[in-house]
Amino acid sequence: MADPARFISTRRRVREDRRFVTGTGRFVADIRLPGALHAAVVTSPHPAARIVSIDTRAALASEGVVEVLSGAGLPDLVDPIPNALDTPGICCYPLAVDAVRYVGEWVAVVVARTRALAEDAAELVEVRYRELPFVVDAETALDPSSPPVHPAHGSNLLYRRLFSWGPVESDFSAAPHRLGFDLAWGRSSTVPVETFGVVASWDAGRDLLDIWASIQMPSFAEQVASCLRLDLNQVRVHYDVDVGGSYGVKRGLKHTVVAGLLARRTGRPVRLVEDRLENMAGGDMHGPERKFRVAVAFDDDGMIRSLKLRALEDVGAQSGRAPLQLGKPVSAIVGAYRIGSVAYEAICVSTNKTGQTAVRGFGMAPTNLALETAVDRVARHLGMSRFAVRRTNMIRAHQFPYRIPSGSTYDSGDYHAVLAKACGLARLDRLLARRAAARAGGRVAGVGIATCLEPSGGNSSFEALLNPKNTTTTWPESCVIKVDRTGLVTASIATSTSGQGHETLTATLIGEELGIDPDRIRVLHADTLSAMPGNTPVASRMAIMLGGAATGAAGRIRDRALAIGAHLLGLAPGEAEWSDGAAVAPDGRRLSLGEIAQVAHREYHRLPPGITEPGLQATHVYQVPTGGTLPDADGRGQMYPCYSFAAHLVYAEIDRLTGTVSLADYVIAHDCGTVINPDIVRGMVIGGAAHGIGAALYEEFAYDGQGQFLSGTLADYVMPTAHEVPDIRLVEHCTPSPLTSHGQKGVGEGGYLGAPAAVASAVNDALAPFGVACLDLPMRAGTLSDLLATATEQP
Amino acid sequence: MSVPVTMTVNGRAVSDTVEPRVTLVDFLRDHLGLTGTHVGCEQGVCGACSVLLDGVPVRSCLLFAVQAGNRSVTTVEGLDDAILQDAFEETHAMQCGYCTPGMLIAARGLLSDTPDPSEDDIREAISGTLCRCTGYVQIVEAIALAASRLRQDERHG
Ligand code: FES
Ligand code: FES
Repeated sequence: MADPARFISTRRRVREDRRFVTGTGRFVADIRLPGALHAAVVTSPHPAARIVSIDTRAALASEGVVEVLSGAGLPDLVDPIPNALDTPGICCYPLAVDAVRYVGEWVAVVVARTRALAEDAAELVEVRYRELPFVVDAETALDPSSPPVHPAHGSNLLYRRLFSWGPVESDFSAAPHRLGFDLAWGRSSTVPVETFGVVASWDAGRDLLDIWASIQMPSFAEQVASCLRLDLNQVRVHYDVDVGGSYGVKRGLKHTVVAGLLARRTGRPVRLVEDRLENMAGGDMHGPERKFRVAVAFDDDGMIRSLKLRALEDVGAQSGRAPLQLGKPVSAIVGAYRIGSVAYEAICVSTNKTGQTAVRGFGMAPTNLALETAVDRVARHLGMSRFAVRRTNMIRAHQFPYRIPSGSTYDSGDYHAVLAKACGLARLDRLLARRAAARAGGRVAGVGIATCLEPSGGNSSFEALLNPKNTTTTWPESCVIKVDRTGLVTASIATSTSGQGHETLTATLIGEELGIDPDRIRVLHADTLSAMPGNTPVASRMAIMLGGAATGAAGRIRDRALAIGAHLLGLAPGEAEWSDGAAVAPDGRRLSLGEIAQVAHREYHRLPPGITEPGLQATHVYQVPTGGTLPDADGRGQMYPCYSFAAHLVYAEIDRLTGTVSLADYVIAHDCGTVINPDIVRGMVIGGAAHGIGAALYEEFAYDGQGQFLSGTLADYVMPTAHEVPDIRLVEHCTPSPLTSHGQKGVGEGGYLGAPAAVASAVNDALAPFGVACLDLPMRAGTLSDLLATATEQP
Repeated sequence: MSVPVTMTVNGRAVSDTVEPRVTLVDFLRDHLGLTGTHVGCEQGVCGACSVLLDGVPVRSCLLFAVQAGNRSVTTVEGLDDAILQDAFEETHAMQCGYCTPGMLIAARGLLSDTPDPSEDDIREAISGTLCRCTGYVQIVEAIALAASRLRQDERHG
């Protein structure tokens, strides 16, 4: 388009917000179907046990109960939940079959007239267990003598591969300095305020299963259909459900399989909305729990030559999709730095804990913490500034596109400019002076710095990287646009939305392309049977992918409208141009989209020769830029097209007695290329950082030595409130991606990828004068106060 | 065993019979169909279920419907607070919108007592309401913006 951007990058209201401030959002729990039954689950109190018997008679006789389903006989009715890795012998059903493997695992489901009656009856289900040995620690689980979580698999090891990219050993022996350390990322997750919920309804007259779910998951309908042994076109997942937050975790496959099965068996709609305990203990939504062993080799000036990283991931009792979170970090394994060689050992074990799922950043946040901690330690080792070491190591602006040892090429960036903007906004000199003053006053103060890359727009080849049987090389997104007879535009997209503002995104880009007011464009969420291909808002992909699809479809509409318009204006093709929603002749005569649409829909005889399709509509299915190839034999490949970048700076003080950390002066400089909606981008970055602060300081799904789950409430699993999240200020930088429709990159994850590392950097900077360090997340107040109390060095 | 309950909800008198164990939030959502009030924990922690009870924010998951008998309940559907709601839209003080009704109720409670709140006052007032999406910054801005507009309104109106 010749016109400068009018709607992109301008502050325009987010259209979704109106329904939320008026209480008229439609979340899954708001969906009321006549005659619906309510489900409640019976869960395992043991980390490992054989199920000796399940007696459902009393429950079935209880008031209002319609059906009780247990794992006995379930394999005759449904197929197991699919494993993303090639892990023969691991077979998990929605309800435990014969044995339980973690506390909170679903053993039976009761459906009744109301949720309260279902809960009453669930208490009457009598399950007899014979307890078995269990394992809750990842290192122990790795030991071949530990009790196997899945005996048929033979051991707890699900995956182990040592990737080696470049001359790691020779770089290590040639470098003048080396250092190493261990670090742990505690089991946490995104924990949306809305739990997972699903409503399923079987339409016997049409042989069709309708699903409304609080869902954010690629291939959801496929997996539901396959588990239920239905044809894919017998399952219709409705995307017009507002999802109350997800950030990766809203995947509820087992919930949906159970609800779907029960809806079919009872002939009535079934609603399964987790309560908080069901969600936390057995909702299978925990995130990474990862232990790292890190080593780096570096020069006198702080230039890091080589990196060795061992990551041991504890995925809990299910294989599922979670192990793939060891794959995404490969796409940015050296972060922003020019590290020349890398050895990466990825190990996955199962333990007797609840299942894990995808969490914001898909495994990148822990790995970035490991990398950034290494950079800080190099600086400390050499007595250099952490900022200087970063500047030395960072890829230079003129080096893009830049290929990293693990095979991905970073599309664009200017890391030095972004870091400089962060330091400028934070007034780094003043921050350091503030730290000095605090320390002089006897306080424990530190300044944290971290950078992070945000690979965005994924083509899913990490699946093939970890499981060669998977041959997916595209992850498209689509948009369908129709212009009605009056010239008004309706677009339909293939996803539900959990806060990312996809309706606003789509309308803005279509408005831009067609030169019409985005506020007059309607955007609908289709369902899986009517939608074109889509893969939901994972992998920071929608600005890139839905953006590309909407722009592509709108471009087709514009081209078609222009061709018709030129003909109606008596001009040859190419003589008219498109401007402000109209075809315009060189002499200034105009035909609006509405006038053109009227002809396209009704006056076939006036269409130009060659245009034989009535109406004005277009579809675009957008392929991932740089997609289309599988990783090579060494695991090198391009997984993500675009790389956003951010630098986080934060000031922290630790209360010496209580160990409480307070944060202040939090600044983020970020570059996600062209910003489409500034308010949405701002919210994503700040919200992600708040979430990262939680992971760094507070949040953990804890288990005791007996395998008991200790974090069933939001009082035990502590998330940051408005008191813990400081005012976070942002500054933007823009290096447009050369690969996308408007230069946009992803932005949904960067806040979360940078914050844990930045907060850990600040805490450890504060601890450094005491000669102690904290390398376990979350960095609990109790841990920090113990460290300070027992520190031998005193500043 | 059900018992009768009568209360005023969003300015309208409501009478129904409920089991004594039915919480206020379930009564609002399931009996009255007012699904604007959300449930996040039923443990009194998240604040998503906040409503005004005689003008004061309370957690409707921690009250039984019968405890609200003969009292006045306001939910987001009856908030009718255009300046506050508009300010939330203007700063995009939400993403998924799930916490938003609770946040609006908390903000209304604050502004009724404290027309000129400091940032600390605002943070304190919403500290019992969890938002997982936004990191609170744009919510704090929305409430400050609404407060200043309401004060202007006061002066000119
Ligand atoms: S639902 Fe009432 S406080 Fe969470
Ligand atoms: S907007 Fe999603 S929880 Fe607050």
